[in-house]
Amino acid sequence: MNFSEVFKQSNQLCKVSPDGKYLATCVQYRLVVRDVSTLQILQLYTCLDQISHMDWSSDSLFILCAMYKRGLVQVWSLEQPDWHCKIDEGSIGLVSSRWSPDGRHILNTTEFHLRVTVWSLCTKAVSYIKYPKACQKGIDFSRDGCYMALAERRDCKDYVSVFVCDDWHLLRHFETETQDLAGLEWSPNGCVLAVWDSCLEYKVLLYSLDGRLLSAYSAYEWSLGVKSVTWSPNSQFLAIGSYDEKVRILNHITWKKITQFEHPSSINNTKAVVYKEVEKRTAVGSDDLSLHITIGTALYNTRSKYEICPSPVQIPVVKPDPDRANPKIGVSSLAFSSDSRYLATKNDNMASVVWVWDMQKMSLVAVLEQTSAVRCFQWDPCRPRLALCTGNTTLYLWSPAGCVSVQVPTEGGFQVQSLNWHRSGDSLMLLGKEQLCLCYMDTDQEDNIREFTATK
Amino acid sequence: MGEWWTTVPIGTSLGNDEISSISHVTMSPSRQNNLVSMYSSLPPSRSSYHVLSSFCTEDNIPQCISYINQELDSLGLSSCIEASAPGGAGLSRVPALNAMHELMELHRRDMSTLEELEREQLKKCSALDHIQMNNSRLKDQLELSIREKSGLHETERQLQLKIKTMQSCLKTEKDEVQKLQSVVAGRASQYSHDAKRKEREAAKLKERLSQLLVDRKDKKLAIDVLNYLGRPDGKRSHWKTAKATVGHEGEMYKSLLNDYEVSQRSLMLENAELKKVLQQMKKEMIHVLSPRQPSPRGAAADDSQDQADSDEEEKPADSSRETLDQSCEYAKEQLANSIRQQWRKLRNHMEKLDSQASLVQSQLESNREMIPRETHKDEMERMRREVQQCKEFIHVQQQLLQQQLNTSFDDETAALLNDCYTLEEKERLKEEWRLFEEQKRNFERERKNFTEAAIRLGREKKAFEEDRASWLKNQFLNMTPFTDRRRCSSSDGQSALSIRSEPEMRMSSTKAQLAQSSTYTTFSTPKPSQSAAVPSTTELYRTLRLIPDSR
Repeated sequence: MNFSEVFKQSNQLCKVSPDGKYLATCVQYRLVVRDVSTLQILQLYTCLDQISHMDWSSDSLFILCAMYKRGLVQVWSLEQPDWHCKIDEGSIGLVSSRWSPDGRHILNTTEFHLRVTVWSLCTKAVSYIKYPKACQKGIDFSRDGCYMALAERRDCKDYVSVFVCDDWHLLRHFETETQDLAGLEWSPNGCVLAVWDSCLEYKVLLYSLDGRLLSAYSAYEWSLGVKSVTWSPNSQFLAIGSYDEKVRILNHITWKKITQFEHPSSINNTKAVVYKEVEKRTAVGSDDLSLHITIGTALYNTRSKYEICPSPVQIPVVKPDPDRANPKIGVSSLAFSSDSRYLATKNDNMASVVWVWDMQKMSLVAVLEQTSAVRCFQWDPCRPRLALCTGNTTLYLWSPAGCVSVQVPTEGGFQVQSLNWHRSGDSLMLLGKEQLCLCYMDTDQEDNIREFTATK
Repeated sequence: MGEWWTTVPIGTSLGNDEISSISHVTMSPSRQNNLVSMYSSLPPSRSSYHVLSSFCTEDNIPQCISYINQELDSLGLSSCIEASAPGGAGLSRVPALNAMHELMELHRRDMSTLEELEREQLKKCSALDHIQMNNSRLKDQLELSIREKSGLHETERQLQLKIKTMQSCLKTEKDEVQKLQSVVAGRASQYSHDAKRKEREAAKLKERLSQLLVDRKDKKLAIDVLNYLGRPDGKRSHWKTAKATVGHEGEMYKSLLNDYEVSQRSLMLENAELKKVLQQMKKEMIHVLSPRQPSPRGAAADDSQDQADSDEEEKPADSSRETLDQSCEYAKEQLANSIRQQWRKLRNHMEKLDSQASLVQSQLESNREMIPRETHKDEMERMRREVQQCKEFIHVQQQLLQQQLNTSFDDETAALLNDCYTLEEKERLKEEWRLFEEQKRNFERERKNFTEAAIRLGREKKAFEEDRASWLKNQFLNMTPFTDRRRCSSSDGQSALSIRSEPEMRMSSTKAQLAQSSTYTTFSTPKPSQSAAVPSTTELYRTLRLIPDSR
């Protein structure tokens, strides 16, 4: 495993282009485009204000930089560096900005979600979409880029509008049976739209592409409901994580629950492997300790490794404050592996634990208990390999063969706060607070899992 | 009267009995009357005579009187009867009447006490009856109350049970209420949070609105592009027409249909596979069950019927018919039903086999256990005994060993004891040593003889050699022309020559001995001179021609 040098970035805005060749990072008001393999700076653009959001177009030719405070969006071209485009939303303000799937339109959501403006970069046409809903996930594009689903709220009722991305033609507009729509997501095959209600009511509705209600699922009443929803890449499963610390899996044929995964605080399952991260602190120089004692923990060489715990295992649970809204309890993160074989979940009141479930056997495969709360985890887009980080200087990888914890070798301590896989699965982008580091995996799998490994 | 008297003893006895019996029977208060009536019924003279005649006669009047007086005394009566005249037959009237009166008083008193007693007894009887009745009534009451009590206990227990269940219900309800309360609290906090958020947003909106109203400069929204881009696919953009919308609808339905078709295809494949598997299973099950069919033919008539049915099903072998069957709803059901039937049959068969096997197993085991258990026991006993013996033996050995090690003897006895142990060995060793010594001695002796012989032989040889040498010398001297010189110097060099010639002679002698060569001119280096001592073994052997001469 090789680590690149550390680069500066701001706002966690670092994205690899969809074709995987370029890496764009934002440093304050500058946009830096590098080559992914050599990390050489190819282009450098300067925006008018600090960049709040940055995104690549789908054809990897353009990058949009949104500055929400100023209400500006600037679009840069890689091929023609002197091409410029500036979209000013004026006094109406800007809350979010995104590309359309064809890479030629920009959708800006104005402040207070008054409307969504569709700017075209090809024509002079401007479209407006009224009453967009301000919710967790109000807009979703289908994977093939043909359709866009938008959540609307009119007269205290929720609607979903389906637009054809070609010409922004409204294909379907239907009311949903939700109290307060919280989000919607297309299935990967683009034929089913999953719509879920806010946490006050457990309701997941499945609509077909043409607007028919296929099925409604509600696991229970009254208690706080759905926290997170995700489709499996093969569109066969819909995983629903809820506040009752369970994940329910629906199947695509009958839309009924086929199984539910629970996150108990004590694990008795002998088939699951429980990896526990154990930290070993070795002081660097004990003689100089007195002098450097005020300096932070960077002095201590904290090496951590995984140990396999025999069952039964107790998981540390943090009880959330019952009086606060959006309590830190329930399954908030779900991710399927690219082959839909594994599902990784995180339960918020056991924030330092990641659970990995096998979808073929519908059972728990591994539990990874870290020393601090897990910040981010993501599956390798090509193989069943999970990378996670907990905000310290270590990168953790799990695969069915075993677990690795790798220290990110940088001076000054690089706290990994989030990570992103490259679409080839060969490298990982690690984002710290203001830093960025690329980690190149060895193509030979065995090299990865040689040192610091706890294997089954 | 005489005849009457003669019959009286018999009659009196009877009469007494009668009287006594009569008096016994009639214990009622009217008894007295009866007695009186009885007395009155019998003629008085007769009765008195009746009584007196048995007790008193004309002859024994004084005895009777004394007897009666005794009786009266014993009864505690004061009066006594006197005879009217001593020795007379009559009685003095006054004491007799007094006596009679007293007796009558006594009798009356007795009667009254008797009456009293009878009354008392009656009273007591009635009281007893009453008490008994009370007792039984109370017993009944007690039983009843006991039953009531148990009944009450039972109801109490049931009520307790009910209370418990009620309490548990209450607890669950309370828990439910708690849960609902927490849910309500959560929802309330969520609502309040949302409401606050909305309020904040509204406030922001109001602020912005007021700001906009104040700030007249409306920054128009605009886009500033260097040049417009082409479409990503390079084509021209189309007008929005109705055809386009219909086209979109069509596209959408097409994609939906595609998806459905794909899923249906995969489901059909799966279905076909599963059906194939089921068919195979069915075939195999039939195959497994069919050998059994011939035996219970009579009993399982319906089985054979089913078998025939399934056989009929199996007969159509051509695939087209099968596929047709498969797609048909009825065929599907039939397949499922036949599978179920077969499975049931198989399961029953397996259960039968299982039970049989367990029976046989238990039988076998019981049989096996019957006999071997005893032998097993015996074996075990024997082995235990053996083990015990061995243990004891080892123990004894250990003890002895310990004893031997532990006890401290003085050196002598220890040595003695040690000697005892090694005695046999020592003896053997001694014997062997003796033999060895003997052999050694023999060997020495022989060697000595040998050596002596060798020495003698050597001497004789020397002598012989000397002779020979002198003879040869003479010969030689006689032969050569230098005889005078030789002769002259012979005396001088006699010794020298002799000395010189000795080795020469020896050499020549040895030469002559061996090869008889005549190389007198060559004088090889003289051999080491003879020592006066015993010659070396090799020389000895050489002379004795035991070893070849090394040249």
